[in-house]
Amino acid sequence: MSGFLERKLLFVTGKGGVGKSSVAAALALLGSQRGKKTLACELDSKGNLAEFLEAGSISFKPRKVQPRLYVSSVDSEDSLKEYLAVNLRLPVMSRLGPLARLFDFAAVAAPGVKEILTVGKPVYEVHEGNYDLVVVDATATGHVLSQLAAPRVINELVQVGLVRQQTTWMLEVLSDEAQTGVVIVTTPEEMPVNETIELAPRVEAESGVHLAGVVVNRVLPELFGRGEEEVFEHLEEPAHTAAVSEAAGGDVAPIFAAASLAVTLRRTRAEHLERLRSSVAPGVPILYLPYLFARTHGLRSTHQMAAALGDELGY
Amino acid sequence: MDGERSGYGSVETLLAAKEILITCGAGGVGKTTVAAALAAMAAVRHGGKVLVLTIDPARRLADALGLDGFGDKEKQVSPDAFRAAGVMPRGELWAAMLDTKQSWDDLVRRHAPNRRTADRILSNKLYDNVTGRFVQSHEYIAMERLYQLHQDGNYDLIVVDTPPTRNALDFVEAPVRMAEFFSSRFLRILSAPYRSNVVSFASRPFLSAADRILGSAFLQDIAEFFSLFQTMAPGFVERAEAVNRVLHEKRTSFAVVTTLEAAPVREAEYFIDVLTTKKFHLGAVVLNKVLPSYLLDEKAARTATTLEKGADRVAAAVGEGAGDVAQVERVLTEVAESFLRFQVVAQRESEQRAELSVGAGVVATVPFFDTDIHDLAGLLRLGEQLWST
Repeated sequence: MSGFLERKLLFVTGKGGVGKSSVAAALALLGSQRGKKTLACELDSKGNLAEFLEAGSISFKPRKVQPRLYVSSVDSEDSLKEYLAVNLRLPVMSRLGPLARLFDFAAVAAPGVKEILTVGKPVYEVHEGNYDLVVVDATATGHVLSQLAAPRVINELVQVGLVRQQTTWMLEVLSDEAQTGVVIVTTPEEMPVNETIELAPRVEAESGVHLAGVVVNRVLPELFGRGEEEVFEHLEEPAHTAAVSEAAGGDVAPIFAAASLAVTLRRTRAEHLERLRSSVAPGVPILYLPYLFARTHGLRSTHQMAAALGDELGY
Repeated sequence: MDGERSGYGSVETLLAAKEILITCGAGGVGKTTVAAALAAMAAVRHGGKVLVLTIDPARRLADALGLDGFGDKEKQVSPDAFRAAGVMPRGELWAAMLDTKQSWDDLVRRHAPNRRTADRILSNKLYDNVTGRFVQSHEYIAMERLYQLHQDGNYDLIVVDTPPTRNALDFVEAPVRMAEFFSSRFLRILSAPYRSNVVSFASRPFLSAADRILGSAFLQDIAEFFSLFQTMAPGFVERAEAVNRVLHEKRTSFAVVTTLEAAPVREAEYFIDVLTTKKFHLGAVVLNKVLPSYLLDEKAARTATTLEKGADRVAAAVGEGAGDVAQVERVLTEVAESFLRFQVVAQRESEQRAELSVGAGVVATVPFFDTDIHDLAGLLRLGEQLWST
C-alpha cells in the first residue's frame, strides 16, 4: 500500500456526488504533510477543491495554501496562453482572442486538443520536476477516460505539428506506472459501486494509465459489537423501551428508530462493499474512509480524511 | 413572486396540467429514478400514455421497469409488471433511452440537402468525434428528440431525464447555442479555404498560426467537415428555434432534483436561478434521500444526551430483562451516540433545505429509503412520496 503515494501524479475520479474533490484534497494534504512539495490541481473548475482546502479563489497560477501545499485551477484557455508563450513565442496578446476561438473549433472537431492542453498542464509540472506530487481533481467517471486517453487520440489524428510533439512526453509520464495512477473514489452505494466496477478494468486498457487504487468514501461505522444487536432487539420490545424511556426521562423511540436505520444502512452498504471487493482485480488497493458526521466540510474535515487515509496507508 | 410558479399545489396537479416535464440536477442525486417514478405514478393515477425518456444508461432502471434492456426506440412497460407491483394502471408507461449516435445520424439525414452530402458527413472521420464529444451534443440531441416526440403527439406526458451536466445553461440553451454555432463567422473563416481558392485576408493569420500548432492536414480535415456540416445550417437553425419555443411553452415544466448535501444544493440553486431568469417554468423542487424528521426532534436529542451520560444508571434501572447489564449499558451508549451523530447531519440538511425552498412552488420530499429500488413496486413507493406533497 505504501506505493500509493509514492507516485508523482494521481488523477482522482468518481461518480458525481461521491466526494471526489474532498478525497483529492485529502490526498494532497496528506502528501504535503509527508514532506512532499504538493500541487492540488482542479481541471475545468467547479470550485469544490478550493473549498475543501479553504483556499479561497484559486487560479491557473498555483498558490501556496499550507506548508508545501499549492493549489491551482486549470482551464483550457489559460493552458493555451502558456502553451503559446512557451512553444510559439507568438506576440500572444494580440492574437489570442481569435486563436482561442479557433482552438474552440479544433477542440470540437478533435477531442483531445482541449484535453491535452488541460491534462498537459499537470503532466508538464511532473515532467519538469516542479513538484514531488501532483493530485488532479479530474472529471467524473463518465468522461475521465476520454480526458486521459487524449494524448493517444491526438497521436492518431494529428500527424505533424507541435501538438503532436507534446503527446510524446505526455504519454511517457502517463503510462509510467511508477509515476502516474488513477484513483477511483466511490461510496458504498449501489450506483457508485456499479460504476467503479465497470470503470476499473477499463482504465488501463483505454487510457494506458495505471489504476492506483479505489477509495471508498463515507463508510458508516459498525454500530454494535458481537452480541449487542440481540440486546438491542430485546430493548426494542415495548416493555423494555418503556423502561428505558422512564429511566432516561423522555421517549427513546426516535433514538431507537435512528439506531435501526443506522444498522440497516450499514448492512445494505456492506453488501455493496462485498461486491466491490470481489469484482476489483486483486492487487488493486482499496482504502476506506469513514463517514464524517460533521456540520461543515472544510479544512478541518479534510484533515480528518487525510489522517484516515494515512492510517489506511500504514503511515 | 413569480405568479407562474404558484399555480400548482402538488406534483399531482402539476403533472395533470403539463405535457412535458424535464428533470435536472447534479449527478448522483437520483434524478433518473425520480423521473421514472414520476412517469410511473402519472401512468397509474392520471392515465393516458406516459413516456420516460432517459439519457442515463442505467441498466437497473430497465430492470426495475421489467424491460428486457433499453433502447432508442420506445418500449412499453408491461401491464404485468404493474400487476406484480399490486396496482392496476389507468394508463400506459413507455420508456426509451436516448442513443446519441443514432439520433445524430437521423438528424443529419433529415437536414442534409441531399443524400450524397449526408453520406459524406456520416463517413467523415471527425463526425463521430464531434457528435460524441461536442459539449452540447448530448443536450442538444435530447431536446431535439423531445421535440420530435412531442410533435408526433403519441404521448400525453413526456418526462425527460437530463444528463448531469456541470453547466445548467448547456441543455436549456443547447438549441440556441447550436444555432449560433452554425451561423458563426469563425466557422465561415475556418471553412473558407475549403470553399474557395481565395483565402481571405482575414483568415490568413489564424490559419498560419493554427497550421504551426496542428498541422495543415488535420486542419483541412476540420475544414472539410465544417463546410459539409454547414450545408445543414438553415435546417438546424430553424429547428433549434422551434425546440426553444416548445421549452418555453406553458405546457412544459422543469423539476429540479437534489439531495440536501452541500454541493448538489449549490447546483440546484444555480438551476433554479437559471430557469427563473430565462423564464422557464419551474414546476417543482424534489428533495431526495432526506433523513427522517425525528432526528431533528429536540426532546429526543435531550433524551439522547441524558442516555449517553447516564447509560449505567438507565441500564441498572432496566435490569437483567434485556440482557447483561454491562452490555445493555454499552448498547444504550452506542444508540444514543449514533442518534446524536446523525442529528448533526440532519440539522445540516435542514439548514440547506431552509435556504433552498425560498421561492420554489412545489417542494416534494422523498425520505431516505434504506434499501435500493429494484422493481416497479419500489419506484411506485418513491412516487407515492412525491405525489401529494
